[in-house]
Amino acid sequence: MLFILNQLVVLTKIVELIKILYNLNKEDAMQLFNLPLNEVIQHIINGITVGAIYSLIALGYTMVYGILKMINFAHGEFLMMGTYVSLLIWDSLRKGGNNPFFYILAVICGMIFSAILGVTVEKVAYRPLRKSLRLAPLLSAIGVSIILSNLAALIFGTKSKKFEYPFSNSPVVIGMVSITPHQILVIAASLFLMFFLTLFINKTRWGKAMRAASEDIDTASLMGINVDGIISLTFAIGAALAAIAGVFMGMEYKVYPTMGTMAGLKAFIAAVFGGIGNIVGAMVGGIIIGLLETFGVVIFGIPQGLKDTISFLVLILILIVKPTGLLGKKLKEKV
Amino acid sequence: MTNFLLLLIIYIGIYSILSLSQNLITGFTGLLSICHAAFFAIGAYTTAIYLVHTNGSFWIALLLSALISTLSGFLIGLPSLRLRGDYLAIATLGFGEIVKNLIINLDSITRGPMGINNIPSPKIFGFVFNPAVKLNYVVFVWIFVFITFFTLKRIVHSRFGRALEAIREDEIAASTMGINIVLYKVVSFTVGAFFAGIAGSLWAVYNQSVAPQTFDFILSVMVLCMVVLGGMGNNLGSIIGAAIIVTTSELPRLLGFSNIFPPQINQMVFGLLLVLVMIYRPQGILTRKRVDFEKLLSKKIKMEGKS
Repeated sequence: MLFILNQLVVLTKIVELIKILYNLNKEDAMQLFNLPLNEVIQHIINGITVGAIYSLIALGYTMVYGILKMINFAHGEFLMMGTYVSLLIWDSLRKGGNNPFFYILAVICGMIFSAILGVTVEKVAYRPLRKSLRLAPLLSAIGVSIILSNLAALIFGTKSKKFEYPFSNSPVVIGMVSITPHQILVIAASLFLMFFLTLFINKTRWGKAMRAASEDIDTASLMGINVDGIISLTFAIGAALAAIAGVFMGMEYKVYPTMGTMAGLKAFIAAVFGGIGNIVGAMVGGIIIGLLETFGVVIFGIPQGLKDTISFLVLILILIVKPTGLLGKKLKEKV
Repeated sequence: MTNFLLLLIIYIGIYSILSLSQNLITGFTGLLSICHAAFFAIGAYTTAIYLVHTNGSFWIALLLSALISTLSGFLIGLPSLRLRGDYLAIATLGFGEIVKNLIINLDSITRGPMGINNIPSPKIFGFVFNPAVKLNYVVFVWIFVFITFFTLKRIVHSRFGRALEAIREDEIAASTMGINIVLYKVVSFTVGAFFAGIAGSLWAVYNQSVAPQTFDFILSVMVLCMVVLGGMGNNLGSIIGAAIIVTTSELPRLLGFSNIFPPQINQMVFGLLLVLVMIYRPQGILTRKRVDFEKLLSKKIKMEGKS
C-alpha cells in the first residue's frame, strides 16, 4: 500500500515537471539560461561530446565493479597507455599520407594493446588478492596506476603531444550551431560502441555469462561458467573502450602521461552517478557529468581552473543523497 | 654528509607524524582515506599565512593549523564516512583534489602556483630556530613525533581504540554491540587530521616555504605506502615505514645519483612496493599485535586445573 502511494507521489511530480517544461516557450528557455537559444544548443552539443567520452571510460569502471566489486584505479592508466600506442603508430604511418584507414588501424592497435595490458594487470596484481582483505585490491590498483603513469613518463617523456586529426577539423555550420567533424566522430562512434556493447551483453552467451557473474560470482562458477575468463574479458573490453576514449581526448586536447588520472576520476564519478555496476547508468551518467561541467562554467561563472571541482562536488553530493546512484540497485547488507 | 643525514632524520620525523595519523584512520579504523596530503597542505598553508602576515607566535600558528585541519577533517568526514570503503576512498581523493585546486586558484591568499616564501623562523622561549642549524630541528620535530606516538598509543589502548578496532573487524557486529559507528569514524578521522595539520605546520617552518606541488596525490599515496609497509595497525611499524620510504626516496640524492635516476623511478618503486607488499606480505613488516584469546583461555584452564 505504502509502495503504491509512494509511486503515485513520484508520478504526480513527474507530471508536474512535464507540465512546467511544456509551458515553457522559447523566451522562458532563454531566460532560464540567460543565453540565446543557439548558444544553449551549442553548449549542449559540446557537453554531450565530453560526456560521451566520459561514458566510454565509465563503462570500464562499472563493468569491473559489477563483477569484482572493486574500483579499478588503474583504468585511467590503461586509457593513457592505449592512447600512446595509437599515437606512436599513427605518427609513424601518417608520414605516408593522411589515410583514414591508417587512422583506424592505429586506433585498433591501441585498443588491442590496452586490452592486453588490462588482462595482464588483472592476472598479476588483482587475481592473487581476490580472496584477501577488502582494502588489498584497492591499494594494489593504486600501486599499478602509479607504476604505469611513471613508466609512461619515462618512456614517452613528460612533454604533452598532439594527436593529429585524420581529417580537416574545420567546423560545419548547421542552422544556428557549428559542429566540428571531431564532435560528430566522437558522438557517432560512442553511440555505435555503446549500442554494440548493449547487444553483446544482452544477446550473446558471453554477455549472459558476464551478467551471471555480476549477479553472484560463486554461483556462476558453480554453474560451469569460466569466471576467470569472464573477468579477463571484462577487463579487455573496458580497457579497449578506454583506449578509444583516450584517442578522442588526445585529438581535442593533448596526450600526456597523467591524462588518464583526471579523466578516469571524472568517469568514475559518472559511473557512481548512474549507479555503479549498471551499464546504462554509466552511459547516462557520463553525459550528465559532461553537460554539468560545460554549463557550470557558462551559467554559474565558475572559473575554468575550478572546472574539475564541479564534478567532485557533484560526487560528494550524490554520495550523500543517493549513494546507489540514479539507476543502481540497493545492496543488502549481509551479516 | 652529516647535514644530509640530519635532514633525513627531520623528514622522517615529519612523515612519521603523518603516517602515524594515517595509521589511526586506515590501520586501526579500517577507513581507506587518500587525502592526507590535503590535511598536510591545510596545516602548512595556515602556518605559512599566519606567520607571514602577523609574524606572531609559532605556538598560535601551530594551534591554528591543527584546528583548521581538524575542522576540515570533520567537514569532509561527516558526509563521506557514511559510505562504504571504496566510495570513501574516491570521496577523499576528490577532497584532496579540491583542496589542491583551491590552493592553486585562490591567488590572493595562497599566491597560487608560486607558493609562499620567506616564512619567518619560529621563536620558542626566546630562542630562534634557524633551519640552517639542523640539530635543533631534529630535537624539535622528534619531540612532536613522540608526543604523537604516545597520544595515539593511549588512544588506541583506550575503550575508544578498542571500539575503532571492532569497527575495522566487522561494522555490523560492532554496531550491534552498541558502538555508534559514524561518530567513532568521524572522531578517528578528525584526530588523524589534527596530527596531519601539526605535521604540515612543522613542514612549513622548517622549509620556510610552501608550494602546491608538494601536496600532490602522490604524497597521500606515499603516506599510505608507509602505513601499509610498516604494518597496518602498528604504530611502531608506521615510523619504520616512514623511515624506509623517506630513505629510499632521498637515497639517489644522497649517493649523488639523482642525475642518473629520474624521479619517476622513485615513484615507480612506491607503486611496486604497494603491489608486492599487498600480494606477498599484506600484514606489513611489523604485524598487528592482537590479544590471543585462545592462548589466554588455555592458560586460565591450565591454572584452574592445577588448583
